[in-house]
Amino acid sequence: MSATFRYAVNVTPKPGILDPQGRAVEGALGHLGVTGVSAVRVGRRVELTVEAVDELTARGVVERLAGELLSNPLIEAAAVELLMSTSSTTSGEPGR
Amino acid sequence: MTRIGVVVFPGSNCDRDTLHAVELAGAEAVELWHESPTLDGVAGVILPGGFAYGDYLRAGVIARFSPVMRAVADFAANGGLVLGICNGFQVLAEAGLVPGALLRNRDLRFLGREVRIVAERTDTPFTSGLDRGRPMRLPIAHGEGCYFADDATLDTLERDGQVLFRYATAEGEAAAEGDRISNPNGSLRAIAGVLNATGNVAGLMPHPERASEAILGSRDGFGIVRSFVGAAAKRAAAPVLVGGGA
Repeated sequence: MSATFRYAVNVTPKPGILDPQGRAVEGALGHLGVTGVSAVRVGRRVELTVEAVDELTARGVVERLAGELLSNPLIEAAAVELLMSTSSTTSGEPGR
Repeated sequence: MTRIGVVVFPGSNCDRDTLHAVELAGAEAVELWHESPTLDGVAGVILPGGFAYGDYLRAGVIARFSPVMRAVADFAANGGLVLGICNGFQVLAEAGLVPGALLRNRDLRFLGREVRIVAERTDTPFTSGLDRGRPMRLPIAHGEGCYFADDATLDTLERDGQVLFRYATAEGEAAAEGDRISNPNGSLRAIAGVLNATGNVAGLMPHPERASEAILGSRDGFGIVRSFVGAAAKRAAAPVLVGGGA
């Protein structure tokens, strides 16, 4: 019995970490004639599919990846978001 | 002859220069391929500059998980001497072998130019041949060289003598953090290089290997390469274990 789970990991610079990309984007706002927008922070989003027995197990894998590989916890925060889950077995029987 | 290993990742581009500088310092320089699970019995390891694995995701992070880095981590835990230059510094930081992280340069630009740095300590395996307080001219070439650690970590580094190099003015004064000329990447407290807690692993952003011969415009970096090779030779003759690493 297993299922697949689609996740997004959203990685953003931690509060207080200088984000020159965010500042550059903010600097461009004026060129678009946009006002009233502030605190722009640029991060990255990683989407991945995990096969596991249940969502708890799958989430455990993603959270490990999020902390060890996808983000650097010294400077970035990572938020795990479940996008979709698909069960590959319909019965409650143990898989072979 | 002392053997020094220079790790070659896909995307390393200062490996040849580093091998050459190590040979100039009188050691045998060997390449260590990133897939190698062992270090070939070397007395010291240098992680060279470049763009390992294209710097994808974050500079240094993919390289950090390569087989050779497991061997480097074991080597370091047993007191082995490891020096990371530029991208090699980023790899060491991602691996947690030196404290802190390297962020995007403050002004977003890739910086390829000359800087001045001063060694804060001359009693380490990386700096024993340097003159304390004398500014050295070295090139930098990086997009992510802004040294970052939280305030508590920075205070610990200062207190414990783990700040190895600082960006400096032409007069050899430590640069102010906001000095865009002398500290161009915006490194916190103008830190250009750090040491781990046990003093056997160091990383720096400037390139000593690119300033190791008169023809390159500066020989100031050669003192770092020579110090490292000399310390490795001494350890090869009489191995020292630090930290009791099991």
